Amino acid sequence: MQTLSSRERERRATSGGGSRSAPVPLLVPAIVGMLFLVVPLLGLVFRAPWGQAWTILHGSAAGEALRLSLWTSTTATAISLVVGVPLAWVLARTHFPGLRLVRALVTLPLVLPPVVGGVALLLAFGRSGFVGQYLDQWFGITLPFTPAAVVIAETFVAMPFLIVTVEGALRSADQGFEEAAATLGAGRMTVFRRVTVPLVAPSLVAGAVLCWARALGEFGATITFAGSYPGRTQTMPIAVYYALETDPDAAILLSLVLLLVSVVVLVALRDRWLRGAV
Amino acid sequence: MTAGLVARAEVTRGAFTLHADLRVAPGEVVAVLGPNGAGKSTLLSAVAGLTPVSAGQILLDGDVLDDASTGAFLDAAHRPVGFVFQSYRLFPHLSVRENVAFSPRARGSSRADARSAADDWLARLGLTELAARRPGDLSGGQAQRVALARALAGGPSLLLLDEPLSALDAGSRLDVQTELKKHLSGFAGACLVVTHDPLEALLLADRLVVLEHGRVVQEGTPAQVARRPATEYVAKLVGLNLYTGTVDGSQVALDGGGTFVVPNHGEHGDVLVALRPSAVVVSPHRPDVSSARNTWSATIVGLTMLTDRVRLDLVGKPSALVDVTPAAVAELGLAPGGEVWLSAKATELEVYGQVPGSRS
Repeated sequence: MQTLSSRERERRATSGGGSRSAPVPLLVPAIVGMLFLVVPLLGLVFRAPWGQAWTILHGSAAGEALRLSLWTSTTATAISLVVGVPLAWVLARTHFPGLRLVRALVTLPLVLPPVVGGVALLLAFGRSGFVGQYLDQWFGITLPFTPAAVVIAETFVAMPFLIVTVEGALRSADQGFEEAAATLGAGRMTVFRRVTVPLVAPSLVAGAVLCWARALGEFGATITFAGSYPGRTQTMPIAVYYALETDPDAAILLSLVLLLVSVVVLVALRDRWLRGAV
Repeated sequence: MTAGLVARAEVTRGAFTLHADLRVAPGEVVAVLGPNGAGKSTLLSAVAGLTPVSAGQILLDGDVLDDASTGAFLDAAHRPVGFVFQSYRLFPHLSVRENVAFSPRARGSSRADARSAADDWLARLGLTELAARRPGDLSGGQAQRVALARALAGGPSLLLLDEPLSALDAGSRLDVQTELKKHLSGFAGACLVVTHDPLEALLLADRLVVLEHGRVVQEGTPAQVARRPATEYVAKLVGLNLYTGTVDGSQVALDGGGTFVVPNHGEHGDVLVALRPSAVVVSPHRPDVSSARNTWSATIVGLTMLTDRVRLDLVGKPSALVDVTPAAVAELGLAPGGEVWLSAKATELEVYGQVPGSRS
């Protein structure tokens, strides 16, 4: 026999269903999991040298690193949209021999250690790499250890997040709308532009956000392929890593700046786009 | 050149093959009636260009849309065909006006022209007030009209409707039906409606084509089909008992057992006999004197309440569905398992041979 408060009675009567409190075997691990995710972030906030925040940030390369991180990750996301969305469409809507292999290869960077990705990029686009040597000989272009290399490394690691999200959305989208558009006289590109893309827009935005966040946090592939030249290829995560060795207070503040950027993006997009999509 | 739609084709989808054979003249509304799985949607999809035919050809106003022998195939986007889908498939991200303007725009009109064409159609179908709404905010009847406006705005010479009323609730059906009938009769092109609802077919169409198991089993005007059904399925739809048998003068030996006496037209051979459930008289005992020429006994196996009468399901030689009043059920004490006598006048029996259009 239990007692129900009048408020609980009203809730059960209006929203239906039984008790909404979680059983203990689920509740305890749930709380442990939540603390595990939240406590380290709280640690950042509590340990931050708020008093000297301005001087430390001002004196460090934080501004440069943040600017570099923002524009490279945004560029990486833009590139991912331009080539990743058509690739997702091809994977979702066409059939050709080797499709499964292509899908596996395309999503490989999701599970590949980023350092390995960086090594692979060096071998391909490095000065003596099998693509890089021709870029160097024919065009005089050297990619490694440049801001362009940062963008390439971030795109390599982050684009699969966009592809996987959009491909899933395309697969589950109702193709009846595309048929309807065809009977209304729309060619395949018009159908793609005016029906397919708008219908998967929420997933497209969610995928782009995931992609951007992943690019912003990229470390392993970037440091391997682009190095760590302050002001040129030293992105925020790399700056945090080096600051931790020399100036832990600066590292904490830089981390907080990254955390703040991530939270702002998440909150700004959450209500509008991410509901139901992620 | 034959105006309108001419489809003589086979469409294969997995293990199923549709054998389509039909014509729809401009200005004519033809309803394809058939049970689920008869191939109705496959037919529409082939005519619209969403599924290629595997044999034969489809012509519209003399132009080849699809021809399996030459390989010619006109893309769905290039066919002058308007399609009103069963669940309408209105684009959820576009307003009503943008939905209706979609086809003119996709077929090359400028943005302004497409918009004014859309406004014309919205006005014609009484949708002007809804122009700015999203499809999610429309009632079933409104969504249906928007779907019709969207299909017509492309200026098609053939209109296809897939179960146009099935997504509506019973209350709004009648209004929408009357409305739809009006718009369809105002359409100059050919119109093909598929449905599994006989009432929808009877009310909307000038001509019926009955499709079963991928084949046309009967075609004719609604009155012809309703009076002389060619198959068990059609008979059930129009509410008749149907028997197959062999006539010899005034005697029909029924295939399922039993004999009917019918008006003698000196015919011999295989015939169909249709009998209205309300034309059969039920008596608790064998009627001694009666003008009815057909009298037989049967056992009640089921009773179903219809709106104002009770339908008896009787097993005998032959078996029959019979309609009686609720009062008769009470007075005669009719109950499952009960033995009764049935009688029917010879003149109530509709006897006919091969039905026009029947190829079964």
